[in-house]
Amino acid sequence: MSWLHIFILLPFLFAVIIPVLYKKFPKIHTGWFVLAAPAGIFAYLLSYIPMVAGGETTMYSLPWIPSLDIHFSLYVDGLGLIFALLITGIGSLVVFYSIYYLSKVREALHNFYVYLMMFMGAMLGLVLSDNLIVLYLFWELTSISSFLLIAYWYARRQSRYGAQKSMLITVFGGFAMLAAIIMFYIMGNTFSIRELLSQADQLVQHDLFIATMILLLLGAFTKSAQFPFHIWLPDAMEAPTPVSAYLHSATMVKAGIYLVARFTPIFGGTMEWFWIVTAVGLITLFWGSLLAVKQRDLKALLAFSTISQLGLIMSLLGMGSAALYYGGGETSQLHSAAILAAVFHLVNHSTFKGSLFMVVGIVDHETGTRDLRKLGGLMSIMPITFTIAIIGSLSMAGLPPFNGFLSKELFFTGTLNAASLDIFNMETYGALIPIVAWVASVFTFVYSLILVFKTFLGKFQPERLEKEAHEAPWGMLLPPLVLSVLVIGIFFVPNVLADYALEPMMASILPPLEGQFDIYIEAWHGFVPELFMTIGIVVIGLLLYLTLKKWLWLYNNMPRAMTITNAYNSGLKRMESGSRKITDLHMTGFVRDYLRYIFVLLIMIVGASLFLLDGFSFEVSNVAPINLYEMILAAVLVGAAAMVVLTRSRLTAVIGVGVLGYIVALFFVVLRAPDLALTQLAIETVSVALYLLCFYHLPRLRQRDEGDGLNVMNLVIALAVGTLVTLIALSANGHRMFPAISDFYEGGYELAGASNMVNAILADFRAFDTLLEIFVLAIAGLGVYSLIKLRLARRASDENQ
Amino acid sequence: MKTNDVILQTVTTVTVFIILTFAAYLFFAGHHDPGGGFIGGLMIASALILLYLAFDIELIHKGLPFDYKLLMGVGMALSLLTGIGAIVLQHPFLSHTFEYVDFPFFGEIELATSVLFELGVTLAVVGATLTIILSISEDV
Repeated sequence: MSWLHIFILLPFLFAVIIPVLYKKFPKIHTGWFVLAAPAGIFAYLLSYIPMVAGGETTMYSLPWIPSLDIHFSLYVDGLGLIFALLITGIGSLVVFYSIYYLSKVREALHNFYVYLMMFMGAMLGLVLSDNLIVLYLFWELTSISSFLLIAYWYARRQSRYGAQKSMLITVFGGFAMLAAIIMFYIMGNTFSIRELLSQADQLVQHDLFIATMILLLLGAFTKSAQFPFHIWLPDAMEAPTPVSAYLHSATMVKAGIYLVARFTPIFGGTMEWFWIVTAVGLITLFWGSLLAVKQRDLKALLAFSTISQLGLIMSLLGMGSAALYYGGGETSQLHSAAILAAVFHLVNHSTFKGSLFMVVGIVDHETGTRDLRKLGGLMSIMPITFTIAIIGSLSMAGLPPFNGFLSKELFFTGTLNAASLDIFNMETYGALIPIVAWVASVFTFVYSLILVFKTFLGKFQPERLEKEAHEAPWGMLLPPLVLSVLVIGIFFVPNVLADYALEPMMASILPPLEGQFDIYIEAWHGFVPELFMTIGIVVIGLLLYLTLKKWLWLYNNMPRAMTITNAYNSGLKRMESGSRKITDLHMTGFVRDYLRYIFVLLIMIVGASLFLLDGFSFEVSNVAPINLYEMILAAVLVGAAAMVVLTRSRLTAVIGVGVLGYIVALFFVVLRAPDLALTQLAIETVSVALYLLCFYHLPRLRQRDEGDGLNVMNLVIALAVGTLVTLIALSANGHRMFPAISDFYEGGYELAGASNMVNAILADFRAFDTLLEIFVLAIAGLGVYSLIKLRLARRASDENQ
Repeated sequence: MKTNDVILQTVTTVTVFIILTFAAYLFFAGHHDPGGGFIGGLMIASALILLYLAFDIELIHKGLPFDYKLLMGVGMALSLLTGIGAIVLQHPFLSHTFEYVDFPFFGEIELATSVLFELGVTLAVVGATLTIILSISEDV
């Protein structure tokens, strides 16, 4: 076990001791203790930066279930490390923020921090794990802890709805991913991502390749809120704001991005991957930014904005995967710019979106509302918050001097490069990519402006706010300030980040190009199309923002029934009512129906195997001659059976059953089984007596002497079962492959001292069966006794009352 | 109206002993001829049921003060113990043995441990049968 293992498991250890700390130190906010975990891990992970920046990777393995090829192995490379740093870095800030955001008195803090630490540990394990099964384990753990965090205020109906929705959608994707993992094992015979990457060439040839790709992408798309699975994210905004800032902007929703980036070396370079990832990303980008504009709730706006930005990163990963098609050289480098844009925007988005969520949290906390219609004019009341907000939103909109500008420029470069591709049918649809991206960016610009200006400018309406608005405490302002400093800092020195973080990440995503990257990010690179696109965004975006009132009504015309959330809700309802209908249809509560199912299944399964496996075999050579007694007895037997079935009186049926039993006893006599005949006679007498007793005491109300009418279906089933059993008996006789073992029992006198062979078998050779049979008899006796005595006792107690 | 079943009762007193004797015969004959513990037990049970039919339950209970549930348990325990006895003597469970012993007056007689097992079966069958029938009769 390495130090890295210990640090990865540290959050889980904290999760165990948090409730103890919460109880022992009620005066101190539990968050202060918790803060040690992410900060410590962050500091420790920083020590890997020089190694990773030097192009090296390390692997620590810890056997967990070696016989199943499951190892808790941690692999540190650029991609995993930067994700881990984001998780712990933003995690520290979020914990710090939550100390001031969540009240020590009113909130169940021990629950909150336990869930948060569970989530952090799971997320760290997810991004650093090399074993797919362990990755899946942590993947589901993030779903579960996210579910718990969304429903943190579980008394609210909306929280529970949001938690259930996100759980259903992400776990659906998780299961799809599990299927993909199993397919990976089938294809590559290993769960290790390293080893799978090294076999990438063979995997492409495999029949399961496309299926694996689609299942894996289902997992990634559901987790990263891609179209059409994005609907859970806006409803997850019912969570406390620190949770939204952490899970639903910076970390968990990027797990899908991580997965796509991680498997790009295997799937990249194929047309299916390029088109699915790019198209889904672009649709998500477009749809998210379009819907964000109409939101009236700040968090909902940020949720759709997150969806849109995740779509942007996803589409960039798709476009950049084309670089692997060429496998190196100049063309590859050209397209690797898209991957650079993806990883760059990933880091940038975590910074500005985290700070924006915290700003929204502050506004909510200090004014009591997040509704844009009630907010306004907060600029002079909350100047610091306003500054942070404007830095975050302008970075999101893609303006200088903020890091969002750099990654947006790179994004346009990527789309323009992709449009010029001459593979994958790009010449037909390629031109669409920059257009969609540009339109989406215009809307991004508009909602970024809405976010800041509608909140902080305009008329101050104190009468509509629930609290008296004032600036937030410093503890709450510090984390978003740190993130804002990063937003600006990255703009001025992007190449430091590029050297230490982005290049190792690209090396993980595009291993064939490792060492060939020529990364130099600059804010000004001449009058290129990207710059004009940005200027266009600003001009059109401003126009659209100023005329917002004139066209916002268009959204109201969008039919509600067409939305995906509506489809989800009604789909869920229909599934419930559908399964209820199916259950009601076949679970009738009548034993006669269940018997029909059993018999029909018996006929289908046994009959089919008899026909399909060619089981018929009629052997007549070893059949004994039939004598007159047997024929007469058989005739009486058939007559008695017919009487039982056809009679209209119960008494006749009972007597018919008795006749059947005595005829069977006579058969035993004829077939030379005296012990059986004796027992059969005695038992038949007893059971007929008991039948008579039962029928005598049937309640008068239901007494019907006419018997049941003819039911054609029952008749058919009965005939089929009878025929089937007869056929099986005849076939079994024909299939007698070995001589009987009864020769052994002929030595009964020597072995057991008994010349009655039946008795020797019952009491000596196979006495165990007999022992258990008398147990059965005794249990039956006790059963009858207790059934009757308990009923008598109950009746007596009822009478006493 | 009180019926007078003197004929039934008289016949029963005689018949029960014949049936019981036959049952004893079936029980002991089982080793070499048709019969055995199960049918012997059923015969004993039928003799007792005849007594219950001809006389009062209380009267029979005075003469035969058995708890049939207990009898059932004793029978099962006896059968089980014959099996455990084999384990104690370091044989597999339920191994049986037999020996021909020369008794004075009776002559040579076969003694087999499986007869003990059969005795357990008989007691269990008598106990179970009568438990069932007496429970039902009390219910009516």
